[in-house]
Amino acid sequence: MINWPNFVSQLFNGLALGALLALISSGLTIIYGTLGVLNLAHGAMFMIGGYAGYVTYSYTGSFILAVIAGSLFVMALGVAMERIIIRHFYHRPHEDQLLVTFGLGICFVEIVRLIFTSQSQVVPPPALLQGITSLGFLFYPTYRLAVVGIVAVALGGLFLILYRTRLGMIVRAGIEDSVMVDSLGINVYRVFMIVFGIGAMAAGFAGIINAPVVSLTPGVGDDILVETFVVVVIGGVGSFPGAILGGLIAGEIISITSMFNPGYAYVMLFAAMTLVLVLRPHGLLGTQGRE
Amino acid sequence: MLKQRPYVIEFLTAAGLVVAPFVLPWLGFAPNTVNRILVWGLFGLGFDILFGFTGLLSFGQSAFYGTGGFVAAYLLTRAGFPYVVLALVIGMIAAAATGYLIGLIALRRTGIYFAMITVAIAEVFFFVEFNPLSDFTGGENGLPGVPTPSFNLGFTTLHFTTGWSLYQFLALCYFIGVVIALRIVRSPVGAVFSAIRDNPLRATAVGHNIHGYKLTAFVIAAAYAGFAGGLLGVLQAFMPPDAFTFDTSGQLVMQTAIGGRGTLFGPLVGAAVWLSLQDFLQAALGLGAAWKLVLGVVFVLLVCFLRRGIIGGLADLCDLLTGRRDAKEPEESEPEAIAVATEPHAAAAAAPAPARPRPEGSPSGPILQAKGLTKRYGGLLANSDIDFTVNHGELRGIIGPNGAGKSTFFKMLTCEVHPTSGTILFDGRDITGMNVTDVCQLGLTKSYQVNQLFAGLTVRENLVIAALSGLRGKFKLDLFRSIDSIPGLSERVQHTLELVNLTSRPDTPVSELAYGEKRRLEIGLALATSPSLLLLDEPLAGMSPRERVETVKLLKSISQGRTMIIIDHDMDALFELAERVTVLQEGRVLVEGTPEEIKNNSTVQEAYLGGVHGVLAA
Repeated sequence: MINWPNFVSQLFNGLALGALLALISSGLTIIYGTLGVLNLAHGAMFMIGGYAGYVTYSYTGSFILAVIAGSLFVMALGVAMERIIIRHFYHRPHEDQLLVTFGLGICFVEIVRLIFTSQSQVVPPPALLQGITSLGFLFYPTYRLAVVGIVAVALGGLFLILYRTRLGMIVRAGIEDSVMVDSLGINVYRVFMIVFGIGAMAAGFAGIINAPVVSLTPGVGDDILVETFVVVVIGGVGSFPGAILGGLIAGEIISITSMFNPGYAYVMLFAAMTLVLVLRPHGLLGTQGRE
Repeated sequence: MLKQRPYVIEFLTAAGLVVAPFVLPWLGFAPNTVNRILVWGLFGLGFDILFGFTGLLSFGQSAFYGTGGFVAAYLLTRAGFPYVVLALVIGMIAAAATGYLIGLIALRRTGIYFAMITVAIAEVFFFVEFNPLSDFTGGENGLPGVPTPSFNLGFTTLHFTTGWSLYQFLALCYFIGVVIALRIVRSPVGAVFSAIRDNPLRATAVGHNIHGYKLTAFVIAAAYAGFAGGLLGVLQAFMPPDAFTFDTSGQLVMQTAIGGRGTLFGPLVGAAVWLSLQDFLQAALGLGAAWKLVLGVVFVLLVCFLRRGIIGGLADLCDLLTGRRDAKEPEESEPEAIAVATEPHAAAAAAPAPARPRPEGSPSGPILQAKGLTKRYGGLLANSDIDFTVNHGELRGIIGPNGAGKSTFFKMLTCEVHPTSGTILFDGRDITGMNVTDVCQLGLTKSYQVNQLFAGLTVRENLVIAALSGLRGKFKLDLFRSIDSIPGLSERVQHTLELVNLTSRPDTPVSELAYGEKRRLEIGLALATSPSLLLLDEPLAGMSPRERVETVKLLKSISQGRTMIIIDHDMDALFELAERVTVLQEGRVLVEGTPEEIKNNSTVQEAYLGGVHGVLAA
């Protein structure tokens, strides 16, 4: 079924997926850039955002409330995780940080599995965005179109926080040189906590926004985490614009390859990552900085 | 703990494996559980070499486990290949070859990048197994009917079928795996592995091609994984597709961390804990699916509080109980400190400066010639058009105010950074654009301004790593050679220990050394590569006045028969040591001459007293 409308519709799918990946990846990348910690529980955060939203939705029936609750809950979880565990790992080797966040991710997934079982849950899109929209030459699910817009707004918000606020300036300075920021009398550790919260919130927000597109299971974050890694490697670790560019590239590669044969989607994604690693080892928009 | 008397560990392993079938049933272990533990343990041997010894944390080992397993299982089922062991070996080779290709990509980056890339690779293999290659791998059905091994010995045929019968075969495989792993860990390659884990930058600088060694560790881990994957198929009489899942990689990582990384037996212990807890929680407590949560919590707690895993924790407990660590260290270090303070340095006393005798017939003329050396960082000109020549046997000093570009200049000479323009000739050879490893192999190395030691190792192990590069070249695959059998190694290490006055503490871990001792070891690391030209970047930095006196003596004794260039801010010390001094200022050579000339040079005085700017302003 490779024809013009199908191709365009896959392009849109890729755009929606890419936008989501961009949002999740920017959460991962600003946490890594600022704190130097790669959060392997990030996929689980994404999943928990979906479930927190699902619970809120089943009690209130309001999608907006679900989005707010999902984001805030995951942000709180991120802050708690940073306060209780991660902050003890800033001065330990990268390997230990990877191990502990990996373990936490498994715990999160298993707790959710315990409460909600492995059965998939469904969050319907809000009434306003249900159905399909005619784009003239093809019909496309309204909600997916909306996802692109919603995520674009969220990314814009993240951009404003990062590039237009005092906090954002500190965060960007911290990415460059956190010791220097610390010695300027700014409490870097409080900033770290906030950044971890914001990064987690990005994942949680994406999780609930994505819930109406794909049904919720406890394992929904695992694949996303892998895709996020590829995005970050392609875009460059610690780079916010890189995460967006990488996200869009990865989203389109997955969607367009799936049109021909879904089995090759990851192969193509991996091929693209390899190509970037060979040609630009630090990612498309990454700089030669922290390893 | 791996360096005790020869063959003790091998013997204990063999004894343990022989005794296990008689003891473990009493502890409630089913034979099938023990066999699974052995397969995980073998899988983990290679992974521990990669992660525990070389410091490369891969989350993608399932790719090689699955590859080896499916190649062997395919040969034994669909292809009708009759020889089980040979099929396992072919599977192992296939996994190793895959590991080589993947390693070429994944090892382009280190740290978290490496971890992320390996995750992505594992996921790709999983999808490839399920879709494009499902005709060969059976897709989600896997490959059933994998036979168990049997050996025809002529007079009788040995069959290893299930349970304790198959255990014998698996135990033999595990034992061979342990013997090989121990050989690798104790070989020179193993020493370089731990150097890479502790300080890759310095491992490169003392002349080891660390990329080659990392790739070696990666291939070794892949080979172990491939063989273990084949055994999994034999054990279950079925090659399950979930061997390829990310969960497999994750479980391996967690088991290794639980058992204790860098111990070789950690993965086995971790697997035993993991599998028995899983059985216990599921069967005895009826927790059902929650077992994984319990194990996850256990794992997180272990990573938080018991960094070195169960084996490491037990070792610490042993030390604590026997009181070995606490009792021994202070006794050892105190007389040494007195010795440093009081004993005059024999070699230095014998050779009064500055007239250093030069051996007859040694080469003369320039050893190093830099022409028009310029380094530009964006708009900043760090070094500009430096011409610099040092002759054989010379002891040259470089001084200059902060920011004069001294360290950048050294970095260019050792090829850590490449000049924007200009050329460097070392021993008549153009080394511009070479890498730091090759330059070290040619005989040019430096000691660092900020200590770059292998912090997790002892003084002797540090020097061994540096000495190995000179004796073995930058890359050599002598995986099965004992490190003690390398001719000249122990002599060179002993000689270096004497030169830097650390003979009393060869087996002290670097982390327990005093600052002055670390500083001397830093110089020792450079010396142990036996350079023909030695650069010292601020060897006196951060030392107390007394330590300075000692170190100056030390430098004098080292300089016998060597060519050295020393950067330092301590001008008194430098004027006492050096025959000629070059003054750098604002990235240029200001003046060059004997210490006397420099002392009396008015431009130098102005540079240091800020007079130049005063004159310009006036």
